[in-house]
Amino acid sequence: MPKLRAIKCGGNIMTGFAPVQGLVGGVLIGLAAVLMMFTLGRIAGVCGIVFNALTTRDPLNTQWRVAFIVGLPLGALLVTLVGLKDWSSLSFPVAMPTTIIAGFIVGIGTTFGSGCTSGHGICGLARFSVRSLVATATFIAAAAATVFITRHMI
Amino acid sequence: MPIILSLLVGIIFGAGLTFSDMVNPARVLNFFDVAGSWDPTLIFVMGGALVTATLGYRLVLAHKAPLTGGKFHLPIQRQIDLPLVGGAAAFGLGWGLAGFCPGPALAALVSLEPKVWLFVIAMLAGMTVTKVWRERQSSKEAQ
Repeated sequence: MPKLRAIKCGGNIMTGFAPVQGLVGGVLIGLAAVLMMFTLGRIAGVCGIVFNALTTRDPLNTQWRVAFIVGLPLGALLVTLVGLKDWSSLSFPVAMPTTIIAGFIVGIGTTFGSGCTSGHGICGLARFSVRSLVATATFIAAAAATVFITRHMI
Repeated sequence: MPIILSLLVGIIFGAGLTFSDMVNPARVLNFFDVAGSWDPTLIFVMGGALVTATLGYRLVLAHKAPLTGGKFHLPIQRQIDLPLVGGAAAFGLGWGLAGFCPGPALAALVSLEPKVWLFVIAMLAGMTVTKVWRERQSSKEAQ
């Protein structure tokens, strides 16, 4: 069967198992979610915040959303500046057209599904939301199925 | 004040995504590749975040109001419907194709990798298209 180069998802680049980094980073993400609720009373769901920043015409409620969004790359920059992140380890196993198509689908899917990994997978599950449990199980299963098909079947 | 606090929260969030290497699509895709080069790191990221958030929410939501006043804005929707499941399935498809979900993609803009920027632009386009489509649907229903 011919390989579909444009949608081939990876010449399996190995990544070393990093449980301690994962756990520390995860705790930071959880802490951010808790601080968001504690200070502003808001869910730290990235796509909800981005969608509302993009579409809401209310300046007061746009400002804090934009500030949060700007904070994300700034946090990444901070970790880089203190020498804890080497971006040369970033490997992008996916072709350009696939990346663009995927971004578009993610934009549509997270808007219809009212959330992404942070909103449903962390904030929603932490509130024992059944909707978020269904959404999280669905997108993890869909992602795993997609990777299985693109890596092992096509 | 809310703006500075929100910026700070974004910075902590972005730092967590970066330090845990969720900004690396290869690592995320390897988590989903149980039948191949499986990397279980993402379980530890989700686990750490989830335990922290669950305990933290419990403490925070015992208060009457958030620090800056107003009220806690918690989702009120309860129903499991087609937009939820279909949207989540579509998101999972996109996530599995590129190895990026919205948070890590925004944090990884710092890498200046063109693919990251294009992913984010395409994502914003997808959100805008959905918004326009929804508005058309609701104005049709109103007629």
